Amino acid sequence: MKTCLIVDDSKVIRKVARHILETLEFQVEEAGDGREALDRCEAKMPDVVLLDWNMPVMSGMEFLKLLRQRGHSDQPKVVFCTTENDMAHIRAALEAGADEYVMKPFDRETLHIKLQLVGVA
Amino acid sequence: MQVSDSSSRILAGLLEARTGQQLTMSRRWRIETALAALLRERGIPSLDELITILVMGREPSLATQVVEALLNNETYFFRDRAPFDLLSRSALPKLMQRRAATKRLTIWSAGCSTGQEAYSLAMLFAEDPVKWAGWTIDILGTDVSEAVVRRAREGQYSQFEVQRGLGINQMIRWFEETENGWRAVEPLRRTVRFQVQNLLEPAPHPGKFDIVLCRNVLLYLNSERRGVVFDRIADAMVPDGWLMLGAGETVIGQTRRFEADSEARGLYRRTGTDLPQIAVGA
Repeated sequence: MKTCLIVDDSKVIRKVARHILETLEFQVEEAGDGREALDRCEAKMPDVVLLDWNMPVMSGMEFLKLLRQRGHSDQPKVVFCTTENDMAHIRAALEAGADEYVMKPFDRETLHIKLQLVGVA
Repeated sequence: MQVSDSSSRILAGLLEARTGQQLTMSRRWRIETALAALLRERGIPSLDELITILVMGREPSLATQVVEALLNNETYFFRDRAPFDLLSRSALPKLMQRRAATKRLTIWSAGCSTGQEAYSLAMLFAEDPVKWAGWTIDILGTDVSEAVVRRAREGQYSQFEVQRGLGINQMIRWFEETENGWRAVEPLRRTVRFQVQNLLEPAPHPGKFDIVLCRNVLLYLNSERRGVVFDRIADAMVPDGWLMLGAGETVIGQTRRFEADSEARGLYRRTGTDLPQIAVGA
């Protein structure tokens, strides 16, 4: 079973995403900000991270840069999942090492295809 | 808002008369949802009132709008993915060899809805420019609904629509931000054309299609009409062309004009027979 770490400061978004991911047979972990997400990755690297952009303590972008800098061999796929839906943000995310990008709002089909495209579903 | 049997029958009759499509029991549950926006927009207080206006024939344009609203226009880019892989892997390499002299391919997306299938096909070719250099690829999308054909021509999609089926790199390569969402870039729009067409009517110009995609359309037709559509498509294809249907759709028991391609599961070839089809249950 593949593992997904949902990183989002919104409990509601985490709950919705968890529901979708569990129907896609993922084992799901949650983090409320980038710092907590880094700690979780240090403890056990997931297969994929579903990452919000704006969060307290540490943003999604800061988390992504730090994650990629650490150069672990078992780097997870990172799928941004955010309301930052303009071209500039998308390009910045890809340059920082994101593998995919989901613009909120989204549905199960969209997320499923994105996870297939990065090779984890 | 409750939809009575008599109202359902009137709406079903209207849809069938205009498009040939059936409003099956399984689709009747969505009548209320499908028509809610139209009722709001036109200030019509109830479905009964709508039916009254339709029956009295007071507003002919309303009937068109009702039909447009009842059609299922669900689609997304590279829908189901596997069919596009199959085309890339199997049909296109063969056609590339066979059409080497003319360097011309014509593809028909029949029942194209808002155009995502046609644009997906266009991306297949555009993403391999060296391979297809010098080729003329004519991609035609048709649909019975004027409204969706208009949208397809615009190539304008909401944020929700544009990311359904597209990887992010594909999206930012082939779409640009606009005030209302995302629009297919001009080089992509240039390679596709769209027109209003009912599949029960003669096939669109120029005919002689190398590939026809008719996915998730035939399930809304009765078996007799399916047979007619298969005939129309067969007549409009080159003898060595391919037909692709939706997942769960088949030619078996529906027509004698097509047979499964034993070398490429999911693709259908024209048979040698030009006999009229015999539809099961017709």
